Amino acid sequence: MASYTLKINGTDQQVEAAPDTPILWVLRDHLRLVGTKYGCGVAMCGACTIHLDGNAVRSCQIPVSAVEGKAITTIEGLSEKGDHPVQQAWIEQDVAQCGYCQAGQIMNAAALLESNPNPSDQEIATAMNGNICRCGTYTRIKKAIKTAAGNTNP
Amino acid sequence: MRLIKTQHNRRSFLKVSAAAGGGMMIGFSWLTRCTPASEPMVAIPNEWFDINGYIKIGDTGMVTIFNPNPEIGQNVMTSMPMIVAEELDVKWDHVVVEQGALDEDAFKNPQFAGGSLSIKLGWDALRMAGAAGKRMLMEAAAKEWEVDLSDLTTSDGVISEKNGSRTIGYGEIASKAVDIEVPEELALKEPKDYKLIGTFQKNVVGHKIVTGKPMFGLDFEKEGMKLAMIEHPPSFGMKVKAFNQEEIKAMDGVKDAFIIDTSTDEPDWSETNAFNQLVAIVGDTTWELMQAKKALKVEWEQQSELESSQMHDQSLQRDLKQGKVTESRTDGDPAKAFAKAAKVIERSYTAPFMAHCTMEPMNFFAHVTADGAELTGPTQTPNALKEAAAKLLDIPEDNISVNMTRMGGGFGRRLFVHFGLEAAVISQKTGTPIKMIYTREDDMTQGSYRPAYLSTYKAGLDEDNNLVAFSVKGVGLPDGAVFPNRFPAGTVDHYEAIKLSSPTNISTGAWRAPGSHFTSGVEQSFLDEVAELAGKDPIDFRLKLFERAKNNPVGEENDYDAERYAGVLELVREKSNWDQDIPGIHRGVAAYFCHHSYVAQVFDIALEGGKPKIKKVWCAVDCGIVVNKEGAKNIIEGGVVDGIGHAMYTELKFENGSSLQSNFDTYQLIRHAQAPEEIEVFFVENEIAPTGLGEPGLPPAVGALANALYRATGQRYYHSPFSTADQGQESLEIG
Repeated sequence: MASYTLKINGTDQQVEAAPDTPILWVLRDHLRLVGTKYGCGVAMCGACTIHLDGNAVRSCQIPVSAVEGKAITTIEGLSEKGDHPVQQAWIEQDVAQCGYCQAGQIMNAAALLESNPNPSDQEIATAMNGNICRCGTYTRIKKAIKTAAGNTNP
Repeated sequence: MRLIKTQHNRRSFLKVSAAAGGGMMIGFSWLTRCTPASEPMVAIPNEWFDINGYIKIGDTGMVTIFNPNPEIGQNVMTSMPMIVAEELDVKWDHVVVEQGALDEDAFKNPQFAGGSLSIKLGWDALRMAGAAGKRMLMEAAAKEWEVDLSDLTTSDGVISEKNGSRTIGYGEIASKAVDIEVPEELALKEPKDYKLIGTFQKNVVGHKIVTGKPMFGLDFEKEGMKLAMIEHPPSFGMKVKAFNQEEIKAMDGVKDAFIIDTSTDEPDWSETNAFNQLVAIVGDTTWELMQAKKALKVEWEQQSELESSQMHDQSLQRDLKQGKVTESRTDGDPAKAFAKAAKVIERSYTAPFMAHCTMEPMNFFAHVTADGAELTGPTQTPNALKEAAAKLLDIPEDNISVNMTRMGGGFGRRLFVHFGLEAAVISQKTGTPIKMIYTREDDMTQGSYRPAYLSTYKAGLDEDNNLVAFSVKGVGLPDGAVFPNRFPAGTVDHYEAIKLSSPTNISTGAWRAPGSHFTSGVEQSFLDEVAELAGKDPIDFRLKLFERAKNNPVGEENDYDAERYAGVLELVREKSNWDQDIPGIHRGVAAYFCHHSYVAQVFDIALEGGKPKIKKVWCAVDCGIVVNKEGAKNIIEGGVVDGIGHAMYTELKFENGSSLQSNFDTYQLIRHAQAPEEIEVFFVENEIAPTGLGEPGLPPAVGALANALYRATGQRYYHSPFSTADQGQESLEIG
């Protein structure tokens, strides 16, 4: 066990955890931030996507010992009132079915639009390919990303 | 006006009120916090009045409607309350929705999610609850104003005099409605008068989903709760004997470790479970438990044969000839008709075992005490879990509460209750509240898998290319996917359908559209080939068969309505401009009826850089009245994507009794880039009582995909997964 100070959603948080504990489980078990989901544990499904210094990463693969001093953003902190353009677009397009993967999809989509504000269909498919939706909402996710971008690029 | 008997007496409604306002629902606030149906347009009430099991009305006019059924992503949380609100006649933006507790007596409705049945089975109960509530409010107002009930009318939660100026809101009269007798007969709205049903209402928990609020079983938490994980045998046919218990118990964060047994006498189907004996580890955090699992040294013992995919193939081939017949039908004299036919075509189709892979792995919370149990988590069959838990724990059913969390997918996997029982036994043993969770690997390698199938289809055409003989023989591990009374039964004079079984020790169960997803895919591919052999357009060919079924059906027991079946084909033909050739686009069609709804699909495929790309999927659906337009479209779209993914990529292979795939690195699910570029869904408009959509969107996708791929590539696809199974030529990629 070791003690870490983590910067999560703009607030410093103290946790006691084994150094190799993935940040996913620190968020869920230690800090009760359960919006970040466990899906596979091997970086193949994207359900656990968070932002680390603004980049979308798989929180199941990153040990707590590697994130001190870095800005961690989870779905709970993506926006103060849940009104990030991507969150709004998800509601507008009524994207979710079961909803379990959507936090990861939204975090990945928000990072995509941060680096590419006007992505084409192809760019969306490539950027989002690591996020599995078992319910099959892919066409709605694409529409929602385009809605959030305010574009109609094919 | 439609009249409906309520079959409710005062007594049962009193009970309903007690349940709705009583301890269990209120105490269960973690999951049932108010969820505004849309922007809350009304003040938070100071006092609530229980009208019946579904409805609570606040003094400000805010209405709470309880969703009775488990939510697995089929969106009943929105659509079921919409039906109540329609008959109650309230504004949707005055409604908040809460998940109801398990109380079938209160809801007058079977509370499960399976067989696409929620809307179909709930239709009467939901309308009745709404209409009964409205009538009681009106009677209270009539009494208050000393007028006849017939002098009153309602609109959007307000009662008014037809020939007067007085009006009163539901919230103002609700306190008096509570004492009104429940009417014995009720008037229901005509579909033409619907204001809410048939509109698009957004998912009532949409905002919670996009902000990551705790909703799922895996998110559930209770004070003093410990976590638990299990380890099951590495192979089907093996059993746990002993493990390094002391070593595990000494590990950081581990509180206890032991072997559990969840076997019961005479298990119900929902208790299907390959591994009743498991190693259980209890501790503080998931990561520490994962480390403890890695450190396990378990002694296993073999109990039955360790099967392999090669053995499975041999069993299927053998039992297609000599397996036990479990269902069959014969019309006319197929053997003679085939002998006389001008052309005969025969094709065989196979599909492998598949896992469900709900994105949220199996998990459950349990708190078992000396005389009661609280079970909370993702289950499609809460009642079955309660019954099984009562048996296993030796606690009366009345002392067991089962609470439904939102589910991160179901697809049939959560019809089975073993994970809830495992949590219960672990809690009973430790005496603490625990949440038991599976890793992805636990989840994928311990299945109630989609069975493996082999079916052979044969068709005979006469000299004028009419279909005169049809035969299907299908075997599966453990049972074939043949539905003897479904189409094309009833359309051919000489017809034969035989379903056979073949034993296996791999545990199998319902997987979204059980049997239908395979049967539809192969039958619709086969008919495409038969139509081609007959030199006919595939839609014309099918429509001609439906004409026969409409006018002069063969046999009496044909499980479909030929008119509606043909209707979706005609609609998809019109919407997709089927009769018009589009340069560069290769098209395939399929139609299927299962789970009481009809769906036809056309797939448009283009070759891009030599690779097939699904440009558009056109869907025509007849599910009767559509409750929530956009939700209905969404679930059909999901079915299409799911059908494509599992036809193209997915397979569990076995060696020495173990599945070779255990996570998404080796078990391929469809991803963004492989999904169709566009899916468009159209509904047949009618006033038939609604049926479900969770399953019917998937089966036709498999056949329509195979048929479009054939037109694009010249290759017929007989074996799933299409991308890797040997079809006799090179493998295939989409996207």
